[in-house]
Amino acid sequence: MKRDIEVEVNGNRYRRTVEPRMLLTDFIRHELRLTGTHVGCEHGVCGACTIHFDGEPVRACVMLAVQADGHSLRTVESLAEEGQLNRLQRAFNECHGLQCGFCTPGFLMTLQPVVDAGEQLSDDEIRDAISGNLCRCTGYQQIVDAVNSALAPSQPDGHASTS
Amino acid sequence: MKPPAFEYEAPSTVEDAARLLADGGDDAKLLAGGQSLIPLLNLRFAAPSLLIDLNGVLELAHINEAAGELRIGALVRHSAVAGHALVAERHPLLAEALGYVAHPQIRNRGTIGGTTAHSDPAAEVPVVLLMSDARVIAHSTRGQREIAVDDLFVSIFTTSLEPDEIITEVIIPDRHVEPGTITGSSFQEFARRHGDYAIGGGAAIVELDAEGICRNARVGLLGAGMRPEESKAAAAVLENSTLAEDTVREAARVATAEINPLGNVHGDVQYRREVIREMTFRAVMTAANKAKAGTA
Ligand SMILES: Cc1cc2nc3c(=O)[nH]c(=O)nc-3n(C[C@H](O)[C@H](O)[C@H](O)COP(=O)(O)OP(=O)(O)OC[C@H]3O[C@@H](n4cnc5c(N)ncnc54)[C@H](O)[C@@H]3O)c2cc1C
Ligand code: FES
Ligand code: FES
Repeated sequence: MKRDIEVEVNGNRYRRTVEPRMLLTDFIRHELRLTGTHVGCEHGVCGACTIHFDGEPVRACVMLAVQADGHSLRTVESLAEEGQLNRLQRAFNECHGLQCGFCTPGFLMTLQPVVDAGEQLSDDEIRDAISGNLCRCTGYQQIVDAVNSALAPSQPDGHASTS
Repeated sequence: MKPPAFEYEAPSTVEDAARLLADGGDDAKLLAGGQSLIPLLNLRFAAPSLLIDLNGVLELAHINEAAGELRIGALVRHSAVAGHALVAERHPLLAEALGYVAHPQIRNRGTIGGTTAHSDPAAEVPVVLLMSDARVIAHSTRGQREIAVDDLFVSIFTTSLEPDEIITEVIIPDRHVEPGTITGSSFQEFARRHGDYAIGGGAAIVELDAEGICRNARVGLLGAGMRPEESKAAAAVLENSTLAEDTVREAARVATAEINPLGNVHGDVQYRREVIREMTFRAVMTAANKAKAGTA
């Protein structure tokens, strides 16, 4: 039986009627037309579908749309600030943290809380933080570089640190 | 890669969930973190007629301190268990093991009740629960009962729960510690990538007295067969010894002499047995060193 749900996504309220079997990824992409959230494996392995559910990174492909009823979500579309890439996104751009870009939304949503926490991390800790996200292009080193860059204290003429 | 059709209910109390499960028959399934069940639905390995979502049952989301034990509600997420001060203080092995469970996004959803009910011999938490003499509360419309985890884990993905029973709590008794001893513990596993299911692993809790003699030992094995395993024989080798390297090697050999890990493309039976033996050796040595550092 279909169910009515009300979900807040990136600050906007949406009401929809969905089948219980609809995955949260399909809801976000097909019902809300927010196609920034990508789908790689659809069984919880690749991390491309990472979003924030009540503030915490989760994999949207192993959640149901009905489970989002009454909850608040954020997707990669919410990261840009006033139409400009945010600090983490710029760091990915500048450090070549992406090539094809398929995995990028998932990495960004996984890493945004890490960057927001503002703690300096070792390369090993960064690799641990991204262990749940697969990238077939970069070999990960540039992603680690991007996180380091996003975490580096602002410098007047620095790369990702300029505003 | 889409789940088959099912009905969905989201009760807000254990009573309602138990009634739905009892009425739903064999084809009804509980949904906790969904980190094992939803992949199984997407892959069409499971096709329940009804999913009973426990995520709104807030009475299952507590961690309570009771007389001599810690009671963890079934819905407490892996990340919350790992980060809890009482867990760190009384059951550091559980917190350490959770660091190996999947990835941060999965630990934000997966629950202690889910991993316990799932009964996967490759899962870290069940091994630690076995080594900790944990129990679960199984609740149904017929009442509730306590089950020792040793009786709960029957085989791979199979527990002794009745189809209408819900795990509501996991209870971990405080470790009984002899006065004047110091305890060390360690979880060691080998995986191709941190967070993936391990090829194999071992875990140890050792209690050393002031003379450095091991008074008490527990040895657990990850991925050693059809269910989480504990080796009493290995513990017997360690007890009353000083945990010298040779003794620990012998204990690891004894622990893995008769195990039958499930071989697959990531490692055949013989390779896995060797990995588990080495991880068990390292776990005991590391646990012993931690205890010795504490004694010093
Ligand atoms: C990519 C990936 C990697 C992973 N790696 C690991 C790993 O390395 N180690 C590891 O241990 N796990 C791993 N997991 C699994 C994860 O830890 C799961 O969270 C856990 O196994 C199941 O918990 P859950 O709460 O998600 O349960 P669910 O998926 O919701 O349920 C699992 C089963 O338990 C039943 N169930 C759930 N709750 C109850 C209850 N209270 N009472 C009775 N039955 C119940 C369900 O009906 C279902 O049959 C991984 C998962 C993924 C997707
Ligand atoms: S699409 Fe969700 S983890 Fe791969
Ligand atoms: S940039 Fe192509 S998969 Fe990561």
